Amino acid sequence: MAITPTVEVGEPQHDSTHRSRLARIAFVIATPYRQSAGIARAMLVVGTVLTGLMVLVAVFAPLIAPYDFDQVSDGGARFPKQGEPSGTHWFGTNVQTFDVFSRVVWGARTELKVVLMALALTIVIGVVLGLVAGFVGGWLDRILVLIMDSLFAFPYLLLAIVVAFLLSDKLGGGVTTAAAAITAVYIPQYFRVVRNSTVSAKEATYVEAARALGAPPHIIMSRYLFTNVIQSVPVIATLNAADAVGTLAALGFLGYGIQPTEAAEWGYDLNRAMDDATSGIWWTAVYPGLAIVLLVMALTFVGEGLNETLNPTLRVRRLLPVVLPPRQPAAPVENAIPVEKAEVGRDRRTGVGGSPADPETSTTEEGGR
Amino acid sequence: MPTKLDAQVPSSAPGGADDALMKVRDLQVHYALRGSSMGRLFGAGGDVVKAVDGVTFDLRRREVLGLVGESGSGKTTLGRALLGLVRPTGGEVRYGEHDLPSLSERRLRPFRRKLQMVFQDPSAALNPSMDIEAAVGHPLQIHKLVANRTERRERVVEALERVGLAPVERFLSKYPSDLSGGQKQRAVLARAIILGPELLVADEPISMLDMSVRAKILELMLDLKRDLDLTYVYITHDLATAKFFCDRVAIMYLGRIVEIGPTEEIFSDPKHPYTKALLRAIPEPDPGALVPRDLPRGEIPDAAAPPLGCSFHPRCPAAFEKCGWETRDLRPLLEQRWLGLDEDAYDAERATIGNLDSLDVPAHQVRLSPGRGRGPGDVEALVQRAREADPQEPLWKGVKRLEAQDGAVAVDFHEGEDPRLRPAGAVEVACHLY
Ligand SMILES: Nc1ncnc2c1ncn2[C@@H]1O[C@H](COP(=O)(O)OP(=O)(O)O)[C@@H](O)[C@H]1O
Ligand code: SF4
Ligand SMILES: [Mg+2]
Repeated sequence: MAITPTVEVGEPQHDSTHRSRLARIAFVIATPYRQSAGIARAMLVVGTVLTGLMVLVAVFAPLIAPYDFDQVSDGGARFPKQGEPSGTHWFGTNVQTFDVFSRVVWGARTELKVVLMALALTIVIGVVLGLVAGFVGGWLDRILVLIMDSLFAFPYLLLAIVVAFLLSDKLGGGVTTAAAAITAVYIPQYFRVVRNSTVSAKEATYVEAARALGAPPHIIMSRYLFTNVIQSVPVIATLNAADAVGTLAALGFLGYGIQPTEAAEWGYDLNRAMDDATSGIWWTAVYPGLAIVLLVMALTFVGEGLNETLNPTLRVRRLLPVVLPPRQPAAPVENAIPVEKAEVGRDRRTGVGGSPADPETSTTEEGGR
Repeated sequence: MPTKLDAQVPSSAPGGADDALMKVRDLQVHYALRGSSMGRLFGAGGDVVKAVDGVTFDLRRREVLGLVGESGSGKTTLGRALLGLVRPTGGEVRYGEHDLPSLSERRLRPFRRKLQMVFQDPSAALNPSMDIEAAVGHPLQIHKLVANRTERRERVVEALERVGLAPVERFLSKYPSDLSGGQKQRAVLARAIILGPELLVADEPISMLDMSVRAKILELMLDLKRDLDLTYVYITHDLATAKFFCDRVAIMYLGRIVEIGPTEEIFSDPKHPYTKALLRAIPEPDPGALVPRDLPRGEIPDAAAPPLGCSFHPRCPAAFEKCGWETRDLRPLLEQRWLGLDEDAYDAERATIGNLDSLDVPAHQVRLSPGRGRGPGDVEALVQRAREADPQEPLWKGVKRLEAQDGAVAVDFHEGEDPRLRPAGAVEVACHLY
C-alpha cells in the first residue's frame, strides 16, 4: 500500500524552531490576559502596571534617588533630623537624618532583590523536592511530606525569625539572610502542589510510555513530568511574592531583617518611625508604609487575577452561545463533519464496514488486506 | 558506557534454527489488593487479583499474535509483562538468552530498544508538552543514538514519512493537541519504530480511534511489519479485527489463555466453549443483522476470587462433572429461579432456606440450613423442584450428593479439575472436553 499524505499541503512552515519557541512563550504569557474578563482582567492589568512601575523604580533607583540610602550629609551640610518635606528632601528626613524619599526608592530595590532571590530559591528547592518525592514515593516521600507539613504548620513569622537568626552569624544581616529566611517559609507550598500533581501525573500513560522507551527516572522527571506539574507554580509564585514583601517588612520591623547599614528596608524604617507619629511627624511612617501597601497590592492583584483566570475550579468561563448549523433534512453526511481534521475526511471515503452506531464494532475484513 | 550498553542489546540471531522470538513460561502477575502495609507486615495479606495466572506460549518471529478477551481478562497486563513494564510474580519471559523478569529495571533499559509498545489511547501516550519532533526523536536521545539535532531531525523525518504523516514539516513543530486521534496514533507508531524494534506490543491500538481511520492504522501496521520485519502482539477485545490482522490468536479468560492457534482454525473450528460464545458475538458485516452477544450466563467473575476448577464453568453451557462446580454456583441459580416466581411463591421458597451467606464461600460442599419453622426435608424438596424445573442446567451434573443430614441439607459437588492447555487438532485448548 502506498502511504498517502494525510493532510493537504498548507502554508510553508517557519523553519526556525527557535523563533517558534519564543513565540510560544509569548503566547503562553499572553494567555491569562486574553482569557480573563471583568474584574479578573482589571486586577491583572492594574496589578501588572503597578508592579511594572515598582520594578522600574527598583531598577533605576540610582538615577531616581537623589541620595544614597545611608547618606546623612550633602556637600558638607548635614541633613536635618526629622526635617519636614521640602525642596531638597521631598519626603522629609527621618530620625536617623536619612532622606525618606531616597530610602523609599532604594527600598524598592531591596524588596525586589530579596523577593526574586527568595522566590528563585523556593521554586527550585520546592519543585525539585516535590517532583522527586512524588515520583520516587516510598519512605523518601513520607519523610519529606512529614518535614514539609511540620514547616507548614509552624507559624511563618516565627520560622522566618528563627532561620534569619541562625543564618545571621554566617551570612550577615543582609539580603541573602532575609531571602533565605523567606525561602524557608514558602518551600512547603510549592512542595505540596508539585508533589501532589506529580503523584497523579506519574500514572499518566505518557509516563509509562517514556519508561517503555527506556527513559531512566531522571529523564522521566525532567522531560515528561516537570512541564506538566509546574502549571500552578506561577500563580502561587505571584501570590507568594506579595506575601513575601509583607514577611520581609515584618522581619525588618521586628529588627530581625536587613540591617540598616546593609540596605534600605521599609519595615525597618517603619519601626524607627514609631515614636514620630505621636509628635506629629507623619512623613517618616506614611511613605514607607504606602510603598509596602502599594507593592503588596500590586502583586496580589496579579496573583489573584492569574488565579482567577488559570485556576479551572474558580474560573467562570465566558459563556458563548453555541451556534448550530440549520438542519438540512437531506444533507449528505460529510457536511455535518468538521473537515479540519483532514484524516477524517479522507478516510471516510475508504470507510469500512461495521455499524457506526456501535463503537465496539470495528473494522471487518472489508478493511482490505 | 553507552557503547557497553549498546553491545548488550541482544538480538537473537534472526532466522536461526530457533524460530521463537520470545518464550513465555507459566507467567504470573498477581496484584495484591487492599493489603495494607500493616496487614502485610503481619502476614495477613489482602485479596490477590490474578491478572495473569500461568500463561505459556511461544511468540514466533514475524508473526502477529492476537490476545483476545473481554475487558479485565488480563490482556493489557500480559502485554506489559512481556515488555517488563510490570514485574511478574512468577514465571519466565525468555528473550534470546535472557529472562526479562529477572533483570533489574536498569539492565532492562537497553532491551527496550527492541521491545516497543503502542498504547490504547494515543492522546494519553504522548507528552502534551512535547512537540512531535521532540516526542518521536526522544527515544534516539535516550539511547544516545544521535549526536545532534540535525541527525535527530533526519531520523524523525524518516520515521514520520514511514507512518504517513506527510508533509512532515507540517508536523514537526506541532503539539499532540493539534493532531487528530489517527495522526497521534501514527506519531506513536513513529516513536515506536524509530529505534528499530523487533517486537511491538499494540494494546488495542485502534479502539479509541474514529471508525473511519481504524482500517488505515491497521494497514499501516501491516506495512510496517512487512518493511521492518516486526513481530506483533496485538491486543484486542474485538474478534473482527483479530481475524483480519492476526496470524495466530490466543483467547484469554480471567488471566489464562484458554485457546490458542492459527487464526483460520480458531475462526472456522472454535473448540473452547468460551471461544464459541465470543464468535457468536461477532457482529455480522451487515449492520442490520447484529447478532447479540450471547454469552450464556452471568458476568465475568471477580478476578480476586475466581471460580474453582475451570474458571469458565459458571458461564459454560457444556460444563460437566469435572469442571469444578461449587457452592457459589447455587446462589445465582436460586436467584434466577426466584426472579421467575410470583411474590407468594417467592416468599414461601425464600423462607424455606435460612441464611444464604454460606453459599458465598468457595467450596465443594455446603450445608443448607432450613429457615425458621421449616425442616431439612422442605429444603431438599425445594432444591429438587429447582432441578426438575431445569434438568438441562449443567450445574446438576456437578452435584454428587444431595441429602438431608443432621437438620440441614448437605450438597456435595464433584471435585473439579483445572483444565491445562492441551493440543487438540491444530490448536491448543484448555477444556476438559478435549
Ligand atoms: N495496577 C493494578 N492493580 C491492581 N489490579 C490491577 C492492576 N492492573 C490491572 N489490574 C486488574 O487485573 C485484571 C486484568 O486487567 P487488564 O490486564 O487491564 O485486563 P484487560 O486489558 O484485558 O482489560 C483486572 O481485574 C484489573 O482490575
Ligand atoms: S472445562 Fe470446558 S466444558 Fe468444562 S467448564 Fe471449562 S470450558 Fe466448559
Ligand atoms: Mg486493556
